[in-house]
Amino acid sequence: MSSGIEALVNREYAYGFVTDVETDTVPPGLNEDIIRLISAKKNEPAFMLEWRLKAYRRWLTMKEPHWGNVKYPPIDYDSLVYYSAPKSVRPLQSLDEVDPELLRTYDKLGISLTEQKFLSGVAVDAIFDSVSVGTTMKEELSKHGIIFCSFGEAVQNHPELVEKYLGTVVPHSDNFYAALNAAVFSDGSFAYVPKGVKCPMELSTYFRINSRNTGQFERTLIIADEGASVSYLEGCTAPKRDENQLHAAVVELIALDNATVKYSTVQNWYSGDAEGKGGIYNFVTKRGKAAGVNSKISWTQVETGSAITWKYPSVILQGDNSVGEFYSVAVVNRKQQADTGTKMIHIGKNTRSTIVSKGISAGEGNNSYRGLVRVLPKAEGARNYTQCDSMLIGNKCGAHTFPYIEVQNNTATLEHEASTSKIGEDQIFYCKQRGVSAEHAVSMIVSGFCREVFKELPMEFAVEAQQLLGITLEGSVG
Amino acid sequence: MSTIAVPEPMAAYRENFERQAEGPDWLDALRREGFERFESLGFPTTKNEDWHFTSVAAIAEQTFHPAMVSSPDVTSEGSTAGMVAPADLERFNFGELGWHTFVFVNGEFSEDLSSFAGLPKDVRVTSLATAIRSGIGRPERHLGKIAAYDSHAFTALNTAFIRDGAFVELQANVVVEQPIHLVFVSEGSGEAIAHPRNLIVAAPNSRATVIESYVSVRDSCYFTNAVTEISLGEGARLDHYKLQRESAKSFHVGTVQVRQARASQLHSFSFAVGGSLARTNIYTSLDGDGATCTLNGLYLTDGTQHIDNQTSIEHIAPNCPSHEVYKGVLDGRSHGVFNGKVYVHPEAQKTDGKQSNNNLLLSPSARVDTKPQLEIFADDVKCTHGATVGRLDELAMFYLRSRGIGPETARMLLTYAFAADVLEMIELEPLKKALEEMVLSRFAAA
Repeated sequence: MSSGIEALVNREYAYGFVTDVETDTVPPGLNEDIIRLISAKKNEPAFMLEWRLKAYRRWLTMKEPHWGNVKYPPIDYDSLVYYSAPKSVRPLQSLDEVDPELLRTYDKLGISLTEQKFLSGVAVDAIFDSVSVGTTMKEELSKHGIIFCSFGEAVQNHPELVEKYLGTVVPHSDNFYAALNAAVFSDGSFAYVPKGVKCPMELSTYFRINSRNTGQFERTLIIADEGASVSYLEGCTAPKRDENQLHAAVVELIALDNATVKYSTVQNWYSGDAEGKGGIYNFVTKRGKAAGVNSKISWTQVETGSAITWKYPSVILQGDNSVGEFYSVAVVNRKQQADTGTKMIHIGKNTRSTIVSKGISAGEGNNSYRGLVRVLPKAEGARNYTQCDSMLIGNKCGAHTFPYIEVQNNTATLEHEASTSKIGEDQIFYCKQRGVSAEHAVSMIVSGFCREVFKELPMEFAVEAQQLLGITLEGSVG
Repeated sequence: MSTIAVPEPMAAYRENFERQAEGPDWLDALRREGFERFESLGFPTTKNEDWHFTSVAAIAEQTFHPAMVSSPDVTSEGSTAGMVAPADLERFNFGELGWHTFVFVNGEFSEDLSSFAGLPKDVRVTSLATAIRSGIGRPERHLGKIAAYDSHAFTALNTAFIRDGAFVELQANVVVEQPIHLVFVSEGSGEAIAHPRNLIVAAPNSRATVIESYVSVRDSCYFTNAVTEISLGEGARLDHYKLQRESAKSFHVGTVQVRQARASQLHSFSFAVGGSLARTNIYTSLDGDGATCTLNGLYLTDGTQHIDNQTSIEHIAPNCPSHEVYKGVLDGRSHGVFNGKVYVHPEAQKTDGKQSNNNLLLSPSARVDTKPQLEIFADDVKCTHGATVGRLDELAMFYLRSRGIGPETARMLLTYAFAADVLEMIELEPLKKALEEMVLSRFAAA
């Protein structure tokens, strides 16, 4: 590896700063009192508290799962802080009241709430530690009857919708982290697109973990009513800290008859330093239910950050003719570990799913694709196409594929393809011969490798994703 | 009232273990290690990742008796050979009288039923029991060294009950023209268990074909738990066929575990049609530079059968190609499972791995679970795998019918063509023909 390349590889995490904002934090540890406290702080109706307590009691009986192909020291759940909010955030009437320090943070991140509001036509909900600090473009959206706000506001203003849909896709008892999230989640985003409405702009949430020892547990719920369609973007960053931070979010998507939900993530949590110290544990449960006929749920993710990524954005294909998609690029470098993939559960007739997963491993990173395609007996004519490709850069990293294919209906057609390869020396030679530097050649080849996924991303994110990929990877090949 | 903590079948295994005749010290020690491992591992449950799709509860909950075998002091009247007549075996040897045939009844070698007159003298095939007794070929150098009994319960169980099986030794540079056919026949008195243990040691540059047939003369419920250990020396080539044609009510677990030295070649073909619950494990480890392996297989299931195939290829040394094609045709309410692991270690650069698994579901209630798996730690490798599940192509059906071929014939032709793909890769002509006929008549009847 040349020194220029070294420099690139060792490039600092650009979003690692800490914002000095006064926070309102609950004592560390978890018990029913903490949950009552969180619920009270958020002024929640009784059904929410009950649901949280139910989840907490269930969580106590559950064991931390260890089947993933990831290794980490035990997490002390009693030392975590389960609620941390910027103090000046409430009561918040308009964006002008947002702590200027916070707005500067988002500026540094390239998410200027005010600018975005006027220029980009993207509605942004920004989550700082656990609390939503501002939602832009609300008025424009409300003209169409679209509700897009923080989860906390939704609980206050639209409790009937929350009560109807909360936990219907990821039940409080789903898994260890989902139960924990259900018990303690503090905020998140909520979107409801009414019947027949095509959301006129991209909805977006930016997540930021700031406080020390804080677990971030946000919960996102997106509902597309009959004939509606919505595209949603999510981005994440965190400051550099030596200790690991836990991020256990839950995302639930619901698409009713003829509705479409598209969910895109660019995940760039702090991944830890070169020795693998610090970084975010990203243990997330994401699931969509294509509940109605002809409904469609599409996940696109670009995973470049986090010390450990462990998530499987899934689709339950319940409605007849429903469609599920999963496009993923996961990059690991240094000592990062990623165990990610998807689950496509075919229940309805003529359901179709597509999985395209691109894994890139460099440094001492380990990347696993773990996917499940299950065709239940009544899913006549189900169709799945899966392609998962891995690329290895160096021989200290690893690439793993664990696809599970379970078919109980003989009218189903499934295809699974996987390949692993490295960047060919001849490819690099070809580029160099034409005056393209090795580093640039690698970045071109990797971009090409990921193209099928990047083209699924909305424009703004596609650019960011390309850059992130460059930061994480470029130069790790010599 | 009873205070027995161990479930009854486990207690029976212990009783049988303690009751078996003593062998040389090394064997007793090996058996004891095997049994201790088996007791601590217990039968795998579906929580065990390797057994995720296959429940062995039916085996675990049943108490089996050691299969009836002869003892040295009993006259030929009571010997196992008396339970099986040569005529019973004709349908299993493909009419090939020139093959070197070794017959094992309930896991015990039967000289009367075997025929191996023309065996070249650089090849030694003995019954493992004889080798253990007399020390010929010193089987202790290899036994238990290749098959991983520390992590596989059924291998541990087999190791605990090592008694007999085939011990094949090929001297350096020998080429055995005619196949060596090992026939394991269950005579089929109910609830019997047999643990055939085979050992194949191929010295450098030797070459042979070994066929293992697992068959039954009666349609009864019994359990065959076989283990074959194979060591391939530098440049040796072994064509290995495992034909699992057990009775429809039986249980079968068969493990073939191989270690391959530099430039050795393993060509494995696994054919599975029998058993109510059957599992075949083919594991190979490419230890030496340039070793190659081809693992192919075909499984045909019907009724309520459950047939599971697991393969594992460990790429330890660089420059090793591995190729794998497994196909399954599933009918009735049967359940097919395929799990193929390719593990590429950091030093195994220039690995070229190809794996594919195709499944054809003939009936609406048939079910298949497939899990092709790649674990790769080296960067300069080419590895691909593919898996498909589907039914007969309607366009192809239409094409044939538009040419005046009836639906049954069209269905039969297409099903056969699907299976024949992998049969065509068999290099042993008579076996290929025999299996093709067997498969064709099976689909014609259905």
